[in-house]
Amino acid sequence: MSSATGQKPVDEALAREFGLTAEEYGNVLSIMGRAPSLTELGIFSVMWSEHCSYKSSRVWLRTLPTTAPWVIHGPGENAGVVDIGQGLAAIFKMESHNHPSFIEPYQGAATGVGGILRDVFTMGARPVANLNALRFGSPENPQTRRIVDGVVRGIGGYGNCVGVPTVGGEINFHPAYDGNPLVNAMTVGIARQDRIFLSAAAGIGNPVVYVGSKTGRDGIHGATMSSSEFDEDALAKRPTVQVGDPFVEKLLIEACLELMATDAIVAIQDMGAAGLTSSSVEMAGKGGVGIDLDLDAVPQRERGMTAYEMMLSESQERMLIVVHPDRTELARAIFEKWELDFAIIGHLTDTGHIVVRHQGRVEADIPLDPLADQAPLYRRPTAPSPAPAPLGPITDPVGIEQALVRLIGCPDLASRAWVWNQYDSTVGGQTVKRPGAADAAIVKVEGTSLGLALTTDCTPRYCRADARQGGAQAVAEAWRNIVATGARPLAVTDNLNFGSPEKPEVMGQFVAAIEGMGEACRALDFPVVSGNVSLYNETRAPDGSSVSILPTPAIGGLGVLDDVNRAIGLAMPAEGTLVLVGATRGELGQSLWLREIHGREDGAPPTIDLAAERRNGDFVRQQIEAGRVLACHDVSDGGILVALAEMAMVGEAGCILSAPQSGMRPEAFWFGEDQSRYVVAVRDAEAFTLAASSAGVETRVLGQVGGDGLTLPSGATISKARMKAVNSAFFPALMDD
Amino acid sequence: MKVRVTVMLKDGVLDPQGKAVGHALHVLGFGGVGEVRIGRVIELELDETDPAAAREKADAMARGLLANLVIEDFVTEVVA
Amino acid sequence: MKAGIVVFPGTNRERDMAIALRVVTGREPVMIWHAETDLPDLDLVVLPGGFSYGDYLRCGAMAAHAPIMAPIRRFAEAGGHILGVCNGFQILTEAGLLPGALLRNGALRFLSQDCHLRVERSDTPFTRRWNAGDVFRAPLAHGDGNYIADDATIRDLEDSGRIAFRYARPDGRVDEGDRQTNPNGSVKAIAGVLSANLRICGMMPHPEDLVDPLMGGEDGKPLFEGLVEALVR
Repeated sequence: MSSATGQKPVDEALAREFGLTAEEYGNVLSIMGRAPSLTELGIFSVMWSEHCSYKSSRVWLRTLPTTAPWVIHGPGENAGVVDIGQGLAAIFKMESHNHPSFIEPYQGAATGVGGILRDVFTMGARPVANLNALRFGSPENPQTRRIVDGVVRGIGGYGNCVGVPTVGGEINFHPAYDGNPLVNAMTVGIARQDRIFLSAAAGIGNPVVYVGSKTGRDGIHGATMSSSEFDEDALAKRPTVQVGDPFVEKLLIEACLELMATDAIVAIQDMGAAGLTSSSVEMAGKGGVGIDLDLDAVPQRERGMTAYEMMLSESQERMLIVVHPDRTELARAIFEKWELDFAIIGHLTDTGHIVVRHQGRVEADIPLDPLADQAPLYRRPTAPSPAPAPLGPITDPVGIEQALVRLIGCPDLASRAWVWNQYDSTVGGQTVKRPGAADAAIVKVEGTSLGLALTTDCTPRYCRADARQGGAQAVAEAWRNIVATGARPLAVTDNLNFGSPEKPEVMGQFVAAIEGMGEACRALDFPVVSGNVSLYNETRAPDGSSVSILPTPAIGGLGVLDDVNRAIGLAMPAEGTLVLVGATRGELGQSLWLREIHGREDGAPPTIDLAAERRNGDFVRQQIEAGRVLACHDVSDGGILVALAEMAMVGEAGCILSAPQSGMRPEAFWFGEDQSRYVVAVRDAEAFTLAASSAGVETRVLGQVGGDGLTLPSGATISKARMKAVNSAFFPALMDD
Repeated sequence: MKVRVTVMLKDGVLDPQGKAVGHALHVLGFGGVGEVRIGRVIELELDETDPAAAREKADAMARGLLANLVIEDFVTEVVA
Repeated sequence: MKAGIVVFPGTNRERDMAIALRVVTGREPVMIWHAETDLPDLDLVVLPGGFSYGDYLRCGAMAAHAPIMAPIRRFAEAGGHILGVCNGFQILTEAGLLPGALLRNGALRFLSQDCHLRVERSDTPFTRRWNAGDVFRAPLAHGDGNYIADDATIRDLEDSGRIAFRYARPDGRVDEGDRQTNPNGSVKAIAGVLSANLRICGMMPHPEDLVDPLMGGEDGKPLFEGLVEALVR
């Protein structure tokens, strides 16, 4: 075996530079029976990276529920697939692009959107909606503005151009994300159930086709970079960041969908992290076949690229397809029509090896089974986080009115319109509820009566205080947001963002969050069908220590409405009675009220009773389906009063509130973040509360719709104009715009 | 033969990008900066050996596509 | 009315436009690929929104030179009706079929929001379902919608009544300097213009995205209904 290793000898030291441990390198040696070539070492290092192998998380991910009668494909494919009725499937997934977005926010976020789009259309779905869950550092941090600006422009720049509406998502600010923002992008697509494409290669001798953009030296070792901690060197790694081309992605979507309407495709996968390596290894591995690649045939953008560089390049907008041999010319004609590169770069073999040839030399020859089966798998040590101390007695130093005004103007609750208004949310002509109009975005399934309800949720401060509760809460809130529109929740995709798994307390958070998520998913029949794990989200503190982000298991939820005309929003109607669904104990631990008014982030997060969650939600959905609810908004960050203010700000009227629940401090009632609650506006409150009590659901009349503001029991009114002014001030001020 | 085409917004057409960059320079403490205008540079590798012919070709390309004469002016120069 | 929608590489609102046309005409519009050199028999050619050729170089610049533009020019010269929305408007100006140009939005950010448009005249095939002065809502979604033309052209457009729509407040008041109502900073708050024969109309906002109460309203529908009335054979 010859190899073009250049200067550096391939040895344990180089393997360590590539992110492999001594033990992992030992395994490489025993699999190969010799020292690997540089290209082989590159393939092992990316396939065994945290990003591709999930080596620290796999044992725990297996504990999540992933099945239900409506689940067609769970984790393991490019994206999850669920039955939405009428012979159609929704295909969706969420994926992080955290590390690239810190280094180069625009391109990091843009290529994050591009990558998740490919995961969805590679399965045969036309992408119909994008969402994104974003976490930024403190607004006071001078870096934050640059990162927000770049990430928002990047998401818009890519999503707007490819013509997929960005319809929802969430944004938090916290100093724990100062050096490590989170960019989690979710795409949802629609396909016919009988036209779903998978990635397992089959058919010895079948050609392997490369389509899309040319290969350059972009992003080499992106997969290993995204699995290593951030430090000052991160900025020096800038040249490895890949650049997205949404125009080519748009052509690729159209060309792939056109090809998918024929019978030419055996298997297809996008080239994501670790590009040609992971796509070819995974396709061949899943199909139990070998693969022989001739890199001379790879369309190249730069001169003199080595095999190592081509195998590890993360150039964007590329796909690998196994086609039926007699359909090759048909496929070529389609891609040429769309002015995309098309090249046969190899074929499937019966050797069970991946063989990479370049300029007459074999640059890699690796048996695929051990590459997959002997991938490292760690059950890393965990340490429990101490239980949060109880909150203890607390006073209200500012009063209800002032507290509300401070809350609706704070970074986590301020209007996101400045952000949404840079995302095309209507392209496609199917957006029924745009961002901010309902608890979940509603997108009609073109040509049917069906609607999709889409949301992303996580409350990281709850997760830090109690990762198990926080994990359950994230799932429950996603479920609740879907229910609040009248949709039937079907499944979730998860994006688990945590610090270094080598820290036992971080691993403890990870395991606890998964336990909590699993409990909630089971209780709510809301299985996990796809997902992504992002670890090593750490930044270096000035004293040199490594600081982890808040544990952030972001949940992307999907639900379906059989009749999209029945979807409801959160806007206050012109008239009606406001009823609270769910019990209130006034839980202020970890609440935004506590943080914004007292400057404290402590106490236990609100408890979750999953049986009550299910009962309350099922009741609310039935009432919406029966047409008895005019508007509905879940109660989350900021509690009841913030929920009411949000309804009023986008609605036709204000509301006049009755006295709070007795036996409880007013601030605890109005701002407590007790879970499993909804505010609904109904025409017939008596019938509604009666139906609730017979369903075993607690309700409480909050007041009447009316007036032009929020009239408190004290008689004081906060006008809608004032609320809107306060609510919309934060982003323009932060961005100086 | 390499020809460089520089496309600029016409005088009098507001250039918000240039304005923003000028503002940013000012914020960064660079004094004495007057108007900032942003344009586009396009380098063409032309299959020509005669500089005059190369420029003529580039001029035609600029008029035909590279510049929008409603809002932009251009200059061409042979650079290699 | 037989309508055709031109699809360039990077066009992305052709489906929205097809839905709107289907709603009002009851028939499927023809999709026309940019590489074609002939047009089928049509009453209306629509250049829809998107990012033709990635909007690289300038928005619409490369599409304006696509093969399909030659028959479209002939269609225009023969008195054919053409609607260009968003990127389609940009293409029409780049092709010289409409005057002026669309620059980067004043605030240098992509804008996606509802705006209100005041109808400037009602005696055109595009506006006949409205009265002059009527205001309707339409979503806009663009990075380069800041209309500009030299003073003489603007004067000529105004004098000859070739301004179809202006950005306005919901009550119809036009304020060129107000970023709320004239969000991209267009000169004279111009949102849409007409050719001299009133048969070519270009506009930045998207009436095709508001033709169904489910999607938030039917404010954009009269434009298409008017075209059907005017062009039905």
